[in-house]
Amino acid sequence: MTLIAADEVAEQKGGGSGPDISAPAAIQGRTPLQLAWARLRKDKVSMACLVVIVLLILVAIFATQLTDLIGHGPNEQYRDKGLAPNGLPVSPSGFFWLGGDDVGRDVLSRIIHGTRISLLVGVVATAMAVIIGVVVGTTAGYFGGRVDTLLSRTMDVFLSFPFLLFAISLVSVFSPSVKISIFVIAFFTWANVGRIVRGQVLSIREKEYVEAARSLGAGDFRIMAVDVLPNLVAPIIVYSTLLIPTAIVFEATLSFLGLGVPIPTPTWGNMIAESQGTYQQAWWFLVFPSLALFITTLAFNLLGDGLRDALDPRAARVLARK
Amino acid sequence: MGRFILRRALFGILVLFVISFAVFLLFFVVAPGDKAGNFCGKGCTPERLAQIRALYHLDQPWPSQYLLYVKRLVLHGDLGYSFTNQQPVRAIIFDRAPATASLALGAAIVWLSIGIPIGILAATKPRSLRDRAATSFALAGLSIPTFVLGLLLIYLLFYQLTVHGAAFFPAGQYVPLTQNPWEWAKHLFLPWLTLAVVSAASYSRITRGSLLEVLGEDYIRTARAKGLSERRVIYRHGLRSALTPVVTLLGIDVGTLLGGAIVTEAVFGLGGIGQTAVQAVINGDLPIIFGTVLFAAFFIVVANIFVDIAYAMLDARVRLA
Repeated sequence: MTLIAADEVAEQKGGGSGPDISAPAAIQGRTPLQLAWARLRKDKVSMACLVVIVLLILVAIFATQLTDLIGHGPNEQYRDKGLAPNGLPVSPSGFFWLGGDDVGRDVLSRIIHGTRISLLVGVVATAMAVIIGVVVGTTAGYFGGRVDTLLSRTMDVFLSFPFLLFAISLVSVFSPSVKISIFVIAFFTWANVGRIVRGQVLSIREKEYVEAARSLGAGDFRIMAVDVLPNLVAPIIVYSTLLIPTAIVFEATLSFLGLGVPIPTPTWGNMIAESQGTYQQAWWFLVFPSLALFITTLAFNLLGDGLRDALDPRAARVLARK
Repeated sequence: MGRFILRRALFGILVLFVISFAVFLLFFVVAPGDKAGNFCGKGCTPERLAQIRALYHLDQPWPSQYLLYVKRLVLHGDLGYSFTNQQPVRAIIFDRAPATASLALGAAIVWLSIGIPIGILAATKPRSLRDRAATSFALAGLSIPTFVLGLLLIYLLFYQLTVHGAAFFPAGQYVPLTQNPWEWAKHLFLPWLTLAVVSAASYSRITRGSLLEVLGEDYIRTARAKGLSERRVIYRHGLRSALTPVVTLLGIDVGTLLGGAIVTEAVFGLGGIGQTAVQAVINGDLPIIFGTVLFAAFFIVVANIFVDIAYAMLDARVRLA
């Protein structure tokens, strides 16, 4: 980590005119990210999770093509073949590989399309939360004083909200949609990121290389962007990976409570909610969407753990204290 | 210490004001629509509408409604009356609180007695098979959403057992403790288990991490060098300071749950604060929404203050300023 900073100072000293002569040329430099990637590649569990996540992304992108291949759209109802004579869902078979739901739709097709919503909401909400959190946290930690007090207290207020209750109130006022789900999740997550980033920046700003940059006449904005932010990459990557499953579960919970993405758009959460009436006779209707949700969150959580070990052993403590 | 508590309490009151104001803004400024009209129902006459508006002060501009709300709350502890059934909101909350409190406190006992021992087992033999098993349990628990686990437990421990003639666990509903303690515990068993398994994961993880850190410190080496037994070193010397982050997490978790365990209550139909709140949101019953949000925020604020105090008492290195 300090290596980057040393390069930074060297570059500024030399006016960016060329490589430092004293640097040994024979040794190939590897950035911390390259080192981390090398460590991560040795971790079998993390690599398996990465494969699962890439597959999930592919499923989300090609959801329509996949369901075309299967031959059943996510919202197509098969009243004769898709429902048992007594009106209950049909069990898994050659027709519906993962069984049917309570109105004769293909559970597999709906799970495939649900991947889209889950990943979209998970990734976009996390990205928004991380951007806001990093900006606010860096500003608070870097400037300190009154700015810090104001921003930290604001984050404290956000963290004191009964967030699920307030989230469903927000959703009910704006009427449920994918956009509002993303917004609400980001709204109640950014302060967590902000608090962690602030703590990190507080210690980074006391480092010698920041002082060096300042004595060379670098402005606040430049110091934050060039000297502080690169040191936050590791914790941000780890925390983002761990926030994605939280956001996915948050979305599923909103959908489960009937305040997420409106029906008939399939999401794992509303499939599980819909299964409540019949799952005692039709376990597949509950189990397969639950499994999709579980595998996805588990993959992100395991990958986040692996990334933490690979990127920066120190980050582990920061997260444990959240 | 006294000054610290006072300052935190004042900030806590400020937080409650901000939150109540935010909820008011949300429902009166952002949300469109006629609040009174929704509750007038069919055959609504202009007189009745005016009556409702006057009764709930909906005829006034929202800032004076907010002031009135705060005034009544501060002076009389009055939270207003429900739109749907005209009962006082405070009575409704007190009526539903025992179910939520039974759920939250019972579950906390269960998850502590699962989570902490697993964390200790893992930390005392790091990188062993049992450590890896504990870590896997923690990650699985962290990854399973509460409502999924709740429904699966209902399926396995209620439905399947009942089908096979061993109906032991009811699938929900709340029986007051004062009415029948045995039925109370029986009805809460599955909800407790659900919340506990989901939460025990983070507790075992935190216990493990913090105990590992503490066991590497100098005073532990001193204790071992004195010839104390390993048991004594771990339980008397190590665990005491290792449990500080556990107390922090416990305070915040219990505080959050006391304000309404929305998901668990919904899955098991416990009729606590959380379920009341969700129903109020769906019905647009503003007084109940305001009341439950404030009630929940109150517990979060109190839990935060409590956690800071407990932190200082458990860990001699922390000084409150």
